[in-house]
Amino acid sequence: MDETQILEEKHKLATRWFHWINFPILTLMIASGMLIYWAYDPYRIGIGSITLFHFFPDWFYDLTKIDHKLSLGMAIHFTMAWIFTINGIAYVLYTAVSGEWRELVPEKKSFREAALVAMHDMGLKVALPPQGRYNAAQRITYSLIVFMGGLSLLTGLAIYKPAQLNWLVAALGGYEWARWEHFWLTMSYVGFFGIHIAQVIRAGWANFRSMVCGYDVVAAGGTKESEHGA
Amino acid sequence: MERKLTELSAQEEIARRTRRSFIVIGAGAVAGAAGIAGLVSGAPEGDIPPALRGVLGFNEKIARTALYSNDHLAQTYPASAIGDQKVNGDVGIDTDLDMATWKLEVVPFHGGTPRILTMDDVKSLPHFEETIDFKCVEGWSTVSQFAGVRLADFTAKFAPGSQAAPCVGMRTPDEEYYVSIDAPSAMHPQTLLAWEMNGKPLTEGHGAPLRLVIPVKYGIKNIKRIGRIEYTEKPTPDYWEERGYDWYAGL
Repeated sequence: MDETQILEEKHKLATRWFHWINFPILTLMIASGMLIYWAYDPYRIGIGSITLFHFFPDWFYDLTKIDHKLSLGMAIHFTMAWIFTINGIAYVLYTAVSGEWRELVPEKKSFREAALVAMHDMGLKVALPPQGRYNAAQRITYSLIVFMGGLSLLTGLAIYKPAQLNWLVAALGGYEWARWEHFWLTMSYVGFFGIHIAQVIRAGWANFRSMVCGYDVVAAGGTKESEHGA
Repeated sequence: MERKLTELSAQEEIARRTRRSFIVIGAGAVAGAAGIAGLVSGAPEGDIPPALRGVLGFNEKIARTALYSNDHLAQTYPASAIGDQKVNGDVGIDTDLDMATWKLEVVPFHGGTPRILTMDDVKSLPHFEETIDFKCVEGWSTVSQFAGVRLADFTAKFAPGSQAAPCVGMRTPDEEYYVSIDAPSAMHPQTLLAWEMNGKPLTEGHGAPLRLVIPVKYGIKNIKRIGRIEYTEKPTPDYWEERGYDWYAGL
Protein backbone atom coordinates (compact mmCIF):
# COMPACT_ATOMS: atom_id res chain seq x y z
CA MET A 1 0.00 0.00 0.00
CA ASP A 2 2.92 2.39 -0.04
CA GLU A 3 2.66 2.33 -3.75
CA THR A 4 2.01 5.80 -5.15
CA GLN A 5 -1.63 6.69 -5.69
CA ILE A 6 -2.90 9.11 -8.24
CA LEU A 7 -6.24 10.66 -9.15
CA GLU A 8 -7.72 9.44 -12.36
CA GLU A 9 -10.50 11.30 -14.12
CA LYS A 10 -13.57 9.09 -14.47
CA HIS A 11 -16.34 11.44 -15.55
CA LYS A 12 -16.06 14.79 -17.29
CA LEU A 13 -17.46 17.86 -15.59
CA ALA A 14 -20.02 18.33 -18.39
CA THR A 15 -21.23 14.73 -18.14
CA ARG A 16 -21.72 15.10 -14.40
CA TRP A 17 -23.69 18.33 -14.81
CA PHE A 18 -25.94 16.79 -17.47
CA HIS A 19 -26.49 13.76 -15.25
CA TRP A 20 -27.25 15.62 -12.04
CA ILE A 21 -29.51 18.17 -13.76
CA ASN A 22 -31.41 15.39 -15.49
CA PHE A 23 -32.10 13.53 -12.25
CA PRO A 24 -34.38 16.12 -10.56
CA ILE A 25 -35.87 17.28 -13.88
CA LEU A 26 -36.81 13.74 -14.93
CA THR A 27 -38.24 13.21 -11.45
CA LEU A 28 -40.45 16.28 -11.92
CA MET A 29 -41.41 15.15 -15.43
CA ILE A 30 -42.49 11.78 -14.07
CA ALA A 31 -44.32 13.31 -11.11
CA SER A 32 -46.21 15.83 -13.24
CA GLY A 33 -46.83 13.10 -15.82
CA MET A 34 -48.53 11.12 -13.07
CA LEU A 35 -50.83 14.07 -12.31
CA ILE A 36 -51.82 14.02 -15.99
CA TYR A 37 -52.12 10.25 -16.25
CA TRP A 38 -54.50 10.11 -13.29
CA ALA A 39 -57.20 11.89 -15.35
CA TYR A 40 -57.32 8.93 -17.76
CA ASP A 41 -55.56 5.82 -16.45
CA PRO A 42 -56.32 2.87 -18.73
CA TYR A 43 -53.04 0.96 -18.67
CA ARG A 44 -52.56 -2.36 -16.95
CA ILE A 45 -50.66 -5.59 -17.00
CA GLY A 46 -53.00 -8.42 -17.86
CA ILE A 47 -54.57 -10.58 -20.53
CA GLY A 48 -58.17 -10.31 -21.63
CA SER A 49 -60.36 -9.81 -18.59
CA ILE A 50 -57.60 -10.81 -16.18
CA THR A 51 -55.79 -7.78 -14.77
CA LEU A 52 -52.68 -8.51 -12.76
CA PHE A 53 -51.89 -4.88 -12.06
CA HIS A 54 -53.73 -1.71 -12.91
CA PHE A 55 -51.75 1.51 -13.26
CA PHE A 56 -52.63 2.66 -10.72
CA PRO A 57 -54.67 1.12 -7.90
CA ASP A 58 -56.78 3.34 -5.67
CA TRP A 59 -54.47 2.79 -2.71
CA PHE A 60 -51.65 4.32 -4.74
CA TYR A 61 -53.68 7.45 -5.52
CA ASP A 62 -54.77 7.67 -1.88
CA LEU A 63 -51.18 7.38 -0.75
CA THR A 64 -49.67 9.85 -3.20
CA LYS A 65 -52.63 12.28 -3.33
CA ILE A 66 -51.97 12.95 -7.01
CA ASP A 67 -55.68 13.03 -7.86
CA HIS A 68 -57.50 16.04 -9.32
CA LYS A 69 -54.38 17.96 -10.29
CA LEU A 70 -54.54 17.62 -14.07
CA SER A 71 -54.17 21.31 -14.91
CA LEU A 72 -51.24 21.74 -12.54
CA GLY A 73 -49.65 18.57 -13.92
CA MET A 74 -49.95 19.82 -17.50
CA ALA A 75 -48.50 23.24 -16.62
CA ILE A 76 -45.51 21.72 -14.79
CA HIS A 77 -44.98 19.09 -17.49
CA PHE A 78 -44.97 21.61 -20.36
CA THR A 79 -42.60 23.85 -18.39
CA MET A 80 -40.07 21.25 -17.27
CA ALA A 81 -40.13 19.66 -20.73
CA TRP A 82 -38.03 22.60 -21.93
CA ILE A 83 -35.27 21.91 -19.42
CA PHE A 84 -35.45 18.15 -20.00
CA THR A 85 -35.19 18.71 -23.77
CA ILE A 86 -32.44 21.33 -23.69
CA ASN A 87 -30.37 19.33 -21.20
CA GLY A 88 -30.84 16.15 -23.22
CA ILE A 89 -29.96 17.71 -26.57
CA ALA A 90 -26.95 19.49 -25.03
CA TYR A 91 -25.76 16.17 -23.59
CA VAL A 92 -26.08 14.37 -26.92
CA LEU A 93 -24.29 17.18 -28.77
CA TYR A 94 -21.54 17.29 -26.16
CA THR A 95 -21.10 13.53 -26.23
CA ALA A 96 -20.98 13.49 -30.02
CA VAL A 97 -18.59 16.43 -30.44
CA SER A 98 -16.22 15.58 -27.58
CA GLY A 99 -15.78 12.00 -28.76
CA GLU A 100 -17.10 10.71 -25.42
CA TRP A 101 -19.59 8.64 -27.40
CA ARG A 102 -16.79 6.18 -28.10
CA GLU A 103 -16.78 5.25 -24.42
CA LEU A 104 -20.58 4.98 -24.33
CA VAL A 105 -22.01 3.48 -27.50
CA PRO A 106 -22.11 -0.35 -27.51
CA GLU A 107 -19.53 -2.16 -29.61
CA LYS A 108 -20.13 -5.40 -31.45
CA LYS A 109 -18.68 -7.41 -28.59
CA SER A 110 -20.77 -5.49 -26.01
CA PHE A 111 -23.85 -7.60 -26.59
CA ARG A 112 -22.01 -10.86 -25.83
CA GLU A 113 -20.06 -9.37 -22.96
CA ALA A 114 -23.16 -7.83 -21.38
CA ALA A 115 -24.42 -11.33 -20.64
CA LEU A 116 -21.18 -12.07 -18.77
CA VAL A 117 -21.54 -8.83 -16.80
CA ALA A 118 -25.14 -9.68 -15.94
CA MET A 119 -24.17 -13.19 -14.78
CA HIS A 120 -21.32 -11.77 -12.73
CA ASP A 121 -23.60 -9.19 -11.12
CA MET A 122 -26.10 -11.88 -10.24
CA GLY A 123 -23.40 -13.63 -8.23
CA LEU A 124 -22.16 -16.22 -10.71
CA LYS A 125 -18.42 -16.71 -10.85
CA VAL A 126 -17.76 -15.49 -14.33
CA ALA A 127 -14.55 -13.89 -15.49
CA LEU A 128 -15.22 -10.33 -16.59
CA PRO A 129 -13.77 -9.15 -19.86
CA PRO A 130 -11.52 -6.08 -19.75
CA GLN A 131 -13.52 -2.85 -19.93
CA GLY A 132 -13.08 0.84 -20.55
CA ARG A 133 -14.97 3.52 -18.66
CA TYR A 134 -18.20 1.57 -18.98
CA ASN A 135 -18.65 -2.15 -19.10
CA ALA A 136 -20.66 -3.81 -21.84
CA ALA A 137 -23.91 -3.80 -19.86
CA GLN A 138 -23.45 -0.14 -19.00
CA ARG A 139 -22.75 0.78 -22.62
CA ILE A 140 -25.97 -0.87 -23.74
CA THR A 141 -28.11 0.41 -20.88
CA TYR A 142 -26.88 4.00 -20.84
CA SER A 143 -27.09 4.33 -24.62
CA LEU A 144 -30.58 2.86 -24.54
CA ILE A 145 -31.64 5.34 -21.85
CA VAL A 146 -30.45 8.27 -23.97
CA PHE A 147 -32.27 6.87 -27.00
CA MET A 148 -35.41 6.40 -24.92
CA GLY A 149 -35.13 10.01 -23.77
CA GLY A 150 -35.36 11.01 -27.42
CA LEU A 151 -38.38 8.76 -27.86
CA SER A 152 -40.03 10.31 -24.80
CA LEU A 153 -39.57 13.72 -26.41
CA LEU A 154 -41.03 12.56 -29.73
CA THR A 155 -43.98 10.65 -28.24
CA GLY A 156 -44.60 13.61 -25.92
CA LEU A 157 -44.63 16.08 -28.81
CA ALA A 158 -47.02 13.82 -30.71
CA ILE A 159 -49.48 13.82 -27.81
CA TYR A 160 -48.94 17.55 -27.19
CA LYS A 161 -49.60 18.78 -30.76
CA PRO A 162 -51.22 15.86 -32.62
CA ALA A 163 -52.92 18.03 -35.25
CA GLN A 164 -49.84 20.11 -36.13
CA LEU A 165 -47.57 17.05 -36.01
CA ASN A 166 -49.96 14.49 -37.43
CA TRP A 167 -47.11 12.93 -39.49
CA LEU A 168 -45.33 12.19 -36.22
CA VAL A 169 -48.48 10.76 -34.66
CA ALA A 170 -48.90 8.51 -37.70
CA ALA A 171 -45.26 7.38 -37.50
CA LEU A 172 -45.82 6.37 -33.87
CA GLY A 173 -48.91 4.34 -34.71
CA GLY A 174 -51.60 6.89 -33.82
CA TYR A 175 -52.55 9.14 -30.92
CA GLU A 176 -53.46 6.41 -28.47
CA TRP A 177 -50.34 4.39 -29.23
CA ALA A 178 -48.19 7.48 -28.75
CA ARG A 179 -49.67 7.94 -25.28
CA TRP A 180 -49.14 4.24 -24.52
CA GLU A 181 -45.51 4.46 -25.68
CA HIS A 182 -44.96 7.62 -23.65
CA PHE A 183 -46.32 5.88 -20.56
CA TRP A 184 -44.23 2.70 -20.90
CA LEU A 185 -41.07 4.65 -21.62
CA THR A 186 -41.70 6.39 -18.31
CA MET A 187 -42.29 3.13 -16.47
CA SER A 188 -39.02 1.88 -17.96
CA TYR A 189 -37.20 4.84 -16.40
CA VAL A 190 -38.67 3.92 -13.04
CA GLY A 191 -37.45 0.35 -13.54
CA PHE A 192 -34.05 1.55 -14.68
CA PHE A 193 -33.83 3.83 -11.66
CA GLY A 194 -34.35 0.90 -9.28
CA ILE A 195 -31.64 -1.21 -10.91
CA HIS A 196 -29.33 1.80 -11.25
CA ILE A 197 -29.58 2.64 -7.54
CA ALA A 198 -29.00 -1.00 -6.57
CA GLN A 199 -25.91 -1.11 -8.77
CA VAL A 200 -24.60 2.19 -7.41
CA ILE A 201 -24.93 0.83 -3.89
CA ARG A 202 -23.21 -2.41 -4.90
CA ALA A 203 -20.36 -0.61 -6.63
CA GLY A 204 -19.68 1.37 -3.50
CA TRP A 205 -18.59 4.79 -2.39
CA ALA A 206 -15.59 5.31 -4.67
CA ASN A 207 -17.77 4.78 -7.74
CA PHE A 208 -20.47 7.14 -6.50
CA ARG A 209 -17.84 9.69 -5.52
CA SER A 210 -16.44 9.60 -9.06
CA MET A 211 -19.85 10.65 -10.44
CA VAL A 212 -19.84 13.54 -7.97
CA CYS A 213 -16.28 14.87 -8.09
CA GLY A 214 -15.19 13.26 -11.35
CA TYR A 215 -12.18 11.36 -10.00
CA ASP A 216 -11.18 8.08 -8.49
CA VAL A 217 -8.00 7.16 -6.60
CA VAL A 218 -5.93 4.57 -8.41
CA ALA A 219 -2.55 3.04 -7.78
CA ALA A 220 -0.03 4.57 -10.14
CA GLY A 221 0.47 1.01 -11.37
CA GLY A 222 -3.11 0.26 -12.22
CA THR A 223 -5.92 -1.08 -9.97
CA LYS A 224 -8.55 1.40 -9.00
CA GLU A 225 -10.55 1.41 -5.78
CA SER A 226 -13.87 0.73 -7.39
CA GLU A 227 -14.06 -2.56 -9.19
CA HIS A 228 -16.57 -1.52 -11.73
CA GLY A 229 -19.15 1.19 -11.87
CA ALA A 230 -22.92 1.31 -11.83
CA MET B 1 -5.67 14.57 -16.12
CA GLU B 2 -3.39 12.50 -13.94
CA ARG B 3 -1.47 13.88 -11.03
CA LYS B 4 1.32 12.13 -9.21
CA LEU B 5 0.67 12.37 -5.51
CA THR B 6 1.67 10.54 -2.39
CA GLU B 7 -0.91 8.10 -1.03
CA LEU B 8 -1.96 10.48 1.71
CA SER B 9 -2.28 13.49 -0.51
CA ALA B 10 -4.22 11.54 -3.14
CA GLN B 11 -6.79 10.68 -0.50
CA GLU B 12 -6.73 14.24 0.78
CA GLU B 13 -7.08 15.61 -2.70
CA ILE B 14 -10.09 13.48 -3.61
CA ALA B 15 -11.73 14.29 -0.28
CA ARG B 16 -11.22 18.00 -1.02
CA ARG B 17 -12.64 17.64 -4.53
CA THR B 18 -15.57 15.59 -3.28
CA ARG B 19 -16.35 18.20 -0.61
CA ARG B 20 -16.20 20.95 -3.19
CA SER B 21 -18.45 19.05 -5.59
CA PHE B 22 -21.01 18.34 -2.88
CA ILE B 23 -21.03 22.04 -1.99
CA VAL B 24 -21.65 22.94 -5.63
CA ILE B 25 -24.36 20.27 -5.96
CA GLY B 26 -25.89 21.40 -2.67
CA ALA B 27 -25.92 25.02 -3.80
CA GLY B 28 -27.39 23.94 -7.13
CA ALA B 29 -30.05 21.91 -5.35
CA VAL B 30 -30.97 24.86 -3.13
CA ALA B 31 -31.11 27.22 -6.13
CA GLY B 32 -33.09 24.67 -8.12
CA ALA B 33 -35.52 24.07 -5.27
CA ALA B 34 -35.96 27.84 -4.86
CA GLY B 35 -36.62 28.12 -8.60
CA ILE B 36 -39.19 25.34 -8.50
CA ALA B 37 -40.78 26.87 -5.40
CA GLY B 38 -41.04 30.18 -7.27
CA LEU B 39 -42.61 28.44 -10.25
CA VAL B 40 -45.26 26.64 -8.26
CA SER B 41 -46.12 29.26 -5.65
CA GLY B 42 -48.69 32.03 -5.53
CA ALA B 43 -51.45 30.06 -7.22
CA PRO B 44 -54.87 31.69 -6.80
CA GLU B 45 -57.56 29.33 -5.50
CA GLY B 46 -58.39 26.77 -8.17
CA ASP B 47 -55.86 28.17 -10.62
CA ILE B 48 -52.25 27.41 -11.56
CA PRO B 49 -49.32 29.57 -10.39
CA PRO B 50 -48.68 32.73 -12.45
CA ALA B 51 -45.14 31.70 -13.41
CA LEU B 52 -46.39 28.46 -14.96
CA ARG B 53 -49.15 30.41 -16.71
CA GLY B 54 -46.37 32.56 -18.12
CA VAL B 55 -44.60 29.52 -19.58
CA LEU B 56 -47.88 28.32 -21.12
CA GLY B 57 -48.13 31.73 -22.79
CA PHE B 58 -44.58 31.33 -24.08
CA ASN B 59 -45.40 27.85 -25.36
CA GLU B 60 -48.43 29.32 -27.12
CA LYS B 61 -46.24 31.86 -28.93
CA ILE B 62 -43.87 29.12 -30.07
CA ALA B 63 -46.76 26.93 -31.22
CA ARG B 64 -48.47 29.75 -33.10
CA THR B 65 -45.32 30.94 -34.87
CA ALA B 66 -43.42 27.70 -35.45
CA LEU B 67 -46.05 24.95 -35.58
CA TYR B 68 -49.56 26.14 -36.35
CA SER B 69 -50.84 26.35 -39.90
CA ASN B 70 -54.34 26.26 -41.33
CA ASP B 71 -52.88 23.78 -43.83
CA HIS B 72 -52.16 21.35 -40.99
CA LEU B 73 -55.26 19.24 -40.74
CA ALA B 74 -56.32 17.00 -37.92
CA GLN B 75 -56.32 13.34 -38.97
CA THR B 76 -59.64 12.18 -40.42
CA TYR B 77 -61.01 8.63 -40.18
CA PRO B 78 -63.33 6.23 -42.00
CA ALA B 79 -66.83 5.74 -40.58
CA SER B 80 -65.76 2.31 -39.30
CA ALA B 81 -63.49 4.02 -36.75
CA ILE B 82 -66.36 5.89 -35.08
CA GLY B 83 -66.53 5.15 -31.37
CA ASP B 84 -69.00 5.70 -28.60
CA GLN B 85 -68.79 9.40 -27.72
CA LYS B 86 -69.55 9.92 -24.05
CA VAL B 87 -71.20 12.97 -22.56
CA ASN B 88 -68.53 14.63 -20.45
CA GLY B 89 -69.84 17.66 -18.65
CA ASP B 90 -73.15 19.49 -18.63
CA VAL B 91 -72.11 22.98 -17.58
CA GLY B 92 -74.28 25.45 -19.48
CA ILE B 93 -76.62 22.77 -20.83
CA ASP B 94 -78.18 21.38 -17.66
CA THR B 95 -81.56 22.99 -18.33
CA ASP B 96 -83.95 21.60 -20.97
CA LEU B 97 -83.40 23.05 -24.40
CA ASP B 98 -86.33 25.18 -25.55
CA MET B 99 -86.06 25.65 -29.30
CA ALA B 100 -88.84 28.23 -29.20
CA THR B 101 -86.55 30.60 -27.32
CA TRP B 102 -83.15 29.50 -28.60
CA LYS B 103 -81.46 31.97 -30.89
CA LEU B 104 -77.94 32.67 -32.00
CA GLU B 105 -76.62 36.13 -31.28
CA VAL B 106 -73.65 37.29 -33.35
CA VAL B 107 -71.65 40.32 -32.22
CA PRO B 108 -69.26 41.52 -34.94
CA PHE B 109 -65.78 42.93 -34.39
CA HIS B 110 -65.46 46.60 -33.37
CA GLY B 111 -69.02 46.96 -32.16
CA GLY B 112 -71.05 46.44 -35.31
CA THR B 113 -74.75 45.79 -34.90
CA PRO B 114 -75.44 42.38 -33.32
CA ARG B 115 -77.51 40.00 -35.39
CA ILE B 116 -79.95 37.38 -34.25
CA LEU B 117 -79.85 34.19 -36.31
CA THR B 118 -81.93 31.03 -36.57
CA MET B 119 -80.83 27.48 -37.37
CA ASP B 120 -82.13 28.00 -40.92
CA ASP B 121 -79.74 30.93 -41.32
CA VAL B 122 -76.85 28.76 -40.17
CA LYS B 123 -77.86 25.88 -42.43
CA SER B 124 -78.01 28.14 -45.46
CA LEU B 125 -74.20 27.94 -45.71
CA PRO B 126 -72.34 25.12 -47.50
CA HIS B 127 -72.41 21.92 -45.46
CA PHE B 128 -69.28 20.04 -44.46
CA GLU B 129 -68.77 16.86 -42.58
CA GLU B 130 -65.70 15.37 -40.99
CA THR B 131 -64.83 12.29 -38.98
CA ILE B 132 -62.19 13.29 -36.48
CA ASP B 133 -60.66 12.10 -33.23
CA PHE B 134 -62.24 14.24 -30.53
CA LYS B 135 -59.58 14.71 -27.85
CA CYS B 136 -60.34 15.41 -24.22
CA VAL B 137 -57.84 17.27 -22.08
CA GLU B 138 -58.12 14.31 -19.69
CA GLY B 139 -56.29 12.14 -22.19
CA TRP B 140 -58.99 10.01 -23.83
CA SER B 141 -60.22 10.49 -27.35
CA THR B 142 -63.12 9.22 -29.43
CA VAL B 143 -63.55 9.22 -33.19
CA SER B 144 -66.79 10.93 -34.15
CA GLN B 145 -68.42 12.26 -37.28
CA PHE B 146 -69.78 15.79 -37.25
CA ALA B 147 -71.68 17.77 -39.84
CA GLY B 148 -72.21 21.50 -39.99
CA VAL B 149 -70.86 24.67 -41.54
CA ARG B 150 -67.40 26.16 -41.37
CA LEU B 151 -67.04 28.91 -38.82
CA ALA B 152 -64.94 30.74 -41.43
CA ASP B 153 -67.86 30.71 -43.90
CA PHE B 154 -70.25 31.67 -41.13
CA THR B 155 -68.09 34.63 -40.17
CA ALA B 156 -67.73 35.81 -43.77
CA LYS B 157 -71.49 35.78 -44.26
CA PHE B 158 -72.89 36.91 -40.93
CA ALA B 159 -70.07 39.06 -39.54
CA PRO B 160 -68.14 40.28 -42.57
CA GLY B 161 -64.94 42.03 -41.55
CA SER B 162 -64.77 40.09 -38.30
CA GLN B 163 -62.13 37.74 -39.71
CA ALA B 164 -59.70 40.46 -38.63
CA ALA B 165 -60.66 39.98 -34.98
CA PRO B 166 -57.86 38.31 -32.99
CA CYS B 167 -60.28 36.33 -30.84
CA VAL B 168 -63.66 34.64 -31.04
CA GLY B 169 -65.72 34.22 -27.89
CA MET B 170 -68.72 31.92 -27.49
CA ARG B 171 -71.07 31.17 -24.65
CA THR B 172 -74.12 29.14 -23.80
CA PRO B 173 -77.54 30.85 -23.58
CA ASP B 174 -77.40 30.71 -19.77
CA GLU B 175 -73.84 32.16 -19.81
CA GLU B 176 -72.64 29.33 -17.57
CA TYR B 177 -70.11 27.96 -20.07
CA TYR B 178 -67.94 30.16 -22.22
CA VAL B 179 -64.85 29.82 -24.37
CA SER B 180 -62.40 32.15 -26.04
CA ILE B 181 -60.44 31.04 -29.09
CA ASP B 182 -57.66 32.55 -31.17
CA ALA B 183 -58.84 33.57 -34.64
CA PRO B 184 -56.51 31.35 -36.71
CA SER B 185 -57.83 28.23 -34.95
CA ALA B 186 -61.42 29.49 -35.21
CA MET B 187 -60.99 30.05 -38.97
CA HIS B 188 -59.33 26.65 -39.51
CA PRO B 189 -61.08 24.76 -42.35
CA GLN B 190 -62.02 21.91 -39.96
CA THR B 191 -63.64 24.21 -37.41
CA LEU B 192 -67.39 23.67 -37.71
CA LEU B 193 -70.61 24.91 -36.20
CA ALA B 194 -72.19 21.47 -36.09
CA TRP B 195 -75.76 20.19 -35.64
CA GLU B 196 -75.16 16.55 -36.45
CA MET B 197 -73.04 13.84 -34.84
CA ASN B 198 -72.53 10.32 -36.22
CA GLY B 199 -75.28 10.87 -38.80
CA LYS B 200 -77.93 11.93 -36.30
CA PRO B 201 -79.05 15.31 -35.00
CA LEU B 202 -77.06 16.36 -31.94
CA THR B 203 -78.55 15.17 -28.69
CA GLU B 204 -78.93 17.71 -25.90
CA GLY B 205 -76.03 16.11 -24.05
CA HIS B 206 -73.79 16.60 -27.05
CA GLY B 207 -74.78 20.21 -27.57
CA ALA B 208 -78.05 20.58 -29.53
CA PRO B 209 -78.98 22.59 -31.41
CA LEU B 210 -75.55 23.92 -32.41
CA ARG B 211 -72.11 23.22 -31.04
CA LEU B 212 -68.54 24.06 -31.91
CA VAL B 213 -66.33 21.31 -33.32
CA ILE B 214 -62.74 22.45 -33.40
CA PRO B 215 -60.34 19.53 -33.90
CA VAL B 216 -57.25 21.71 -33.41
CA LYS B 217 -58.31 22.25 -29.78
CA TYR B 218 -59.02 20.04 -26.78
CA GLY B 219 -62.64 19.19 -26.08
CA ILE B 220 -62.88 21.95 -23.47
CA LYS B 221 -63.05 24.51 -26.32
CA ASN B 222 -65.72 22.58 -28.23
CA ILE B 223 -68.60 24.45 -26.60
CA LYS B 224 -72.10 22.94 -26.73
CA ARG B 225 -75.44 24.74 -27.22
CA ILE B 226 -73.94 27.99 -28.50
CA GLY B 227 -76.09 31.05 -27.74
CA ARG B 228 -73.73 33.82 -28.65
CA ILE B 229 -70.67 34.34 -30.83
CA GLU B 230 -68.60 37.49 -30.56
CA TYR B 231 -65.48 38.67 -32.33
CA THR B 232 -63.13 40.48 -30.00
CA GLU B 233 -59.78 42.21 -29.72
CA LYS B 234 -58.84 40.59 -26.42
CA PRO B 235 -59.65 37.11 -25.13
CA THR B 236 -63.03 37.02 -23.41
CA PRO B 237 -63.43 34.89 -20.26
CA ASP B 238 -62.79 31.21 -20.73
CA TYR B 239 -64.39 28.69 -18.39
CA TRP B 240 -61.51 26.21 -18.16
CA GLU B 241 -58.77 28.82 -18.29
CA GLU B 242 -60.31 30.22 -15.12
CA ARG B 243 -59.93 26.74 -13.64
CA GLY B 244 -56.23 26.37 -14.32
CA TYR B 245 -56.06 25.18 -17.91
CA ASP B 246 -54.07 26.63 -20.78
CA TRP B 247 -56.04 29.34 -22.58
CA TYR B 248 -54.66 28.26 -25.98
CA ALA B 249 -55.27 24.51 -25.47
CA GLY B 250 -54.16 23.92 -29.07
CA LEU B 251 -53.46 20.53 -30.57
